[in-house]
Amino acid sequence: MWDSSMTTLIIQGTFETLYMTIASTFLAYVIGLPMGVLLVTSDSEGIVPMNLTNKVLNVVVNITRSIPFLILLIAVIPFTRLITGTSIGSTATIVPLVIAASPFIARLVESSIKEVDKGIIEASLSMGASPFQIVTKVMIPEAKPSLIIGAAIATTTILGYSAMAGIVGGGGLGDIAIRFGYYRYETGVMVVTVVLLVLVVQIFQEVGMKIAQKQDRRK
Amino acid sequence: MTNIDNNTSQQPIIEIKDLVKTFHPKSGEVKALDGINLRVSQGDIYGIIGMSGAGKSTLVRCINLLEKPTSGHVFIDGQDISTLTEKELRTTRYSVGMIFQQFNLLMQRTAEKNILFPLEIAGVDKETAKKRTAELLELVSLPDKAKAYPAQLSGGQMQRIAIARALANNPKILLCDEATSALDPSTTRSILNLLKEINRKLGITIVIITHEMSVVEEICSHVAIIDESKIAEYGRVEDIFRNPKTEIAKKMIYSERELSPVAMGKNFYRIVFDEKSSSDSVMAKMIMETKSMVNILYADMKNIEGVTYGQMVIQLPEDELSASRAIQYLRSHQITVEEVDSHVG
Repeated sequence: MWDSSMTTLIIQGTFETLYMTIASTFLAYVIGLPMGVLLVTSDSEGIVPMNLTNKVLNVVVNITRSIPFLILLIAVIPFTRLITGTSIGSTATIVPLVIAASPFIARLVESSIKEVDKGIIEASLSMGASPFQIVTKVMIPEAKPSLIIGAAIATTTILGYSAMAGIVGGGGLGDIAIRFGYYRYETGVMVVTVVLLVLVVQIFQEVGMKIAQKQDRRK
Repeated sequence: MTNIDNNTSQQPIIEIKDLVKTFHPKSGEVKALDGINLRVSQGDIYGIIGMSGAGKSTLVRCINLLEKPTSGHVFIDGQDISTLTEKELRTTRYSVGMIFQQFNLLMQRTAEKNILFPLEIAGVDKETAKKRTAELLELVSLPDKAKAYPAQLSGGQMQRIAIARALANNPKILLCDEATSALDPSTTRSILNLLKEINRKLGITIVIITHEMSVVEEICSHVAIIDESKIAEYGRVEDIFRNPKTEIAKKMIYSERELSPVAMGKNFYRIVFDEKSSSDSVMAKMIMETKSMVNILYADMKNIEGVTYGQMVIQLPEDELSASRAIQYLRSHQITVEEVDSHVG
């Protein structure tokens, strides 16, 4: 049962997992980062209060966040097919991952940016900074250490989600674990995939924390 | 400040007219400012003093519209800033610097990059901005801290960097919101000296919000005392100090030093000397000449804009004749005398 073809499969699975995780995290940040910023700035206490936008955004984020990933994964299959032309494989899995992770990232970004001292924002306003300048020159740079920690959390969470996609043939280590470890009772394969997943999570988490610490100038 | 008197006929650099600011927290309505009128002339160091909650922080934030007034007008250099568009307002803000109690430096930027920040905002070209930053570091005497992050600086150093940052775009006005309240007394003095120097060298008008009379005495030319959302009294510091008219002004001048309740009673007088009279041992002469028994309860010296003032609280004899003789003697020697009642202290 354990031969060189299995090894190849597992190596390939690891790369698929990394590909899904990194691509999804990146795309989810493209959507989630502006959403998180908008959640803060459009707040009634924010620099550009927009009550309606803020309410709508909050509702959208909460709804998406409350749908279990497995259900979302299946529910968006038609949409996934529309975008990628298929509903199986790693690339197809990126679509539901991005949909699920974006609002989660929006919340992480929101909480990081809310940590920025109000006084610093007020000082920037007093110097004549525009809202765009405040976001790009104050909020994001000042929240950088916290944003990096958030990114490490987001990456590892997305990695966990990506493993779930194995249930619909999503590819990656999760797929291998389900096909071999679960359906064929190959405990060895199951253990190896789980260990690999744990390792990858550890690496992402540790590297994230280290970078955040190095970037933190608040001592 | 010799230029103040010459400039009184000119248009004030800051003029506040009928300013009202109301806040609407969940429970009812709070009137933070209620009909404020104030004129600040070019080159003044104007102190705004009041107890906490009097509305002074809100007032200073109305000068650069960090708080939008509920009604009334704020004029900067004759321009009604409440009518400006957001963009015009931002440009106006380049010329109104502000410093804060908590310094509010960007923690992820070095001292140098903090000073560069307002120049980036104003779109100043890199070369000029770099030169300006070096100049400013020199002005606040911290050129060796250029590469330090705020977390590596002391409170006084952080405030110096904040001052340099506030001056980056050559403002006409510098607003100071409790700028020395988080600093120890000797650092406070050095920051106040720096502000004085900036006022003198660069001619920048300074507005200082504080709850400490000592700050006003140390550097202000004018003062407005704000109490319960209104201006209780305003004028030149020496005039207010010599002759405070309102209870709150008296309270601020006596400051936190409490007069013991025992001291409250009949025939208490507060007397104020200036340099001339205080070097003249008037008190001793008065006692000898009028033969009145004087009880000294409180005495202290202050330096207001380079002039030394002494103040004393004395108890004069019950006997009205000798008391009035004593008062007359003091008044004839240009000493301010006023009766103190039990409200003070």
